[in-house]
Amino acid sequence: MPVVGTRLDPVPRPAAGTALTDAETAEWVGLLAGAGPERDAAVDRLHAMLVRIARAEVARRGPRLRISGPELDDIAHQAAADALLAITGKIGQFRGESRFTTWAYKFVIFEVSAKCGRHFWRRPAVPLDAEDWDRLPGRFGFEPEQEAEWRDLLAALRRAVDTELTPRQRQCFVALVLNDVPLDALVIELSSSRNAIYKMVFDARRKLRAALTAAGHLGHDLPRRT
Amino acid sequence: MNSWSALDRFLRTDPRDVGCAEAMEMLHVYADLVAAGEPAEQRYPGLAAHLRACGPCREDFDGLLAAIHADRD
Repeated sequence: MPVVGTRLDPVPRPAAGTALTDAETAEWVGLLAGAGPERDAAVDRLHAMLVRIARAEVARRGPRLRISGPELDDIAHQAAADALLAITGKIGQFRGESRFTTWAYKFVIFEVSAKCGRHFWRRPAVPLDAEDWDRLPGRFGFEPEQEAEWRDLLAALRRAVDTELTPRQRQCFVALVLNDVPLDALVIELSSSRNAIYKMVFDARRKLRAALTAAGHLGHDLPRRT
Repeated sequence: MNSWSALDRFLRTDPRDVGCAEAMEMLHVYADLVAAGEPAEQRYPGLAAHLRACGPCREDFDGLLAAIHADRD
């Protein structure tokens, strides 16, 4: 029996084929699964669509990523090209659970994510093992007038990080929370997957909260009132 | 609300959370439901729980939804 708070349950899938009744979806699938000039034209049209979506997505993310100008366009074009390859290669796996365009856009959004994660490491090096605990009060909005109380909480959190987490969980917690490394960038640095890192941090969060709750710093259901 | 409620929220985990792999697998289905005004969160509570906790998956979802809406504008 799975332990509550540690399982990551699968999502039930809808019945396949629902969206194939959508005329636009049926047309895309028919053309891309076919051959000849009609397919080539559909691939060109899809590529143009993916470039448009990728450009909009990198522009949406750009200000937070401190990426601008030609770099944004490079990322958009690379993302569109890689997404096109993935989509045309997997068209036989499209189950019609959504509109075709939504399924296709998902590929290009994921490609933009991955490329932005790689871009992070082009900036001046962020030491993964540096531990700047002084950033935590600002990161979580601790108010200066309550410093006497949150200093105890911070010390307890630090102890729990040292004693409750595995070395890998600790490494991920430090990178993501103390060093502000984006999760997708950490995935690349550790040659891991988003799911594996998330699961690692999910388990770390659960352990840390349990330790802080046991020590009386956090409430069982609601944050402790002062 | 005290000064460390943000930390408390960050450390809380939802047992329904499906994780990134499942969320990414079904994100297009979920996004289509949301864009259509369907009760996606009720149909996929584990995916909704994940999107509340996972910044990168939430970012992807927001981007996907923006792409769908841009098509309709």
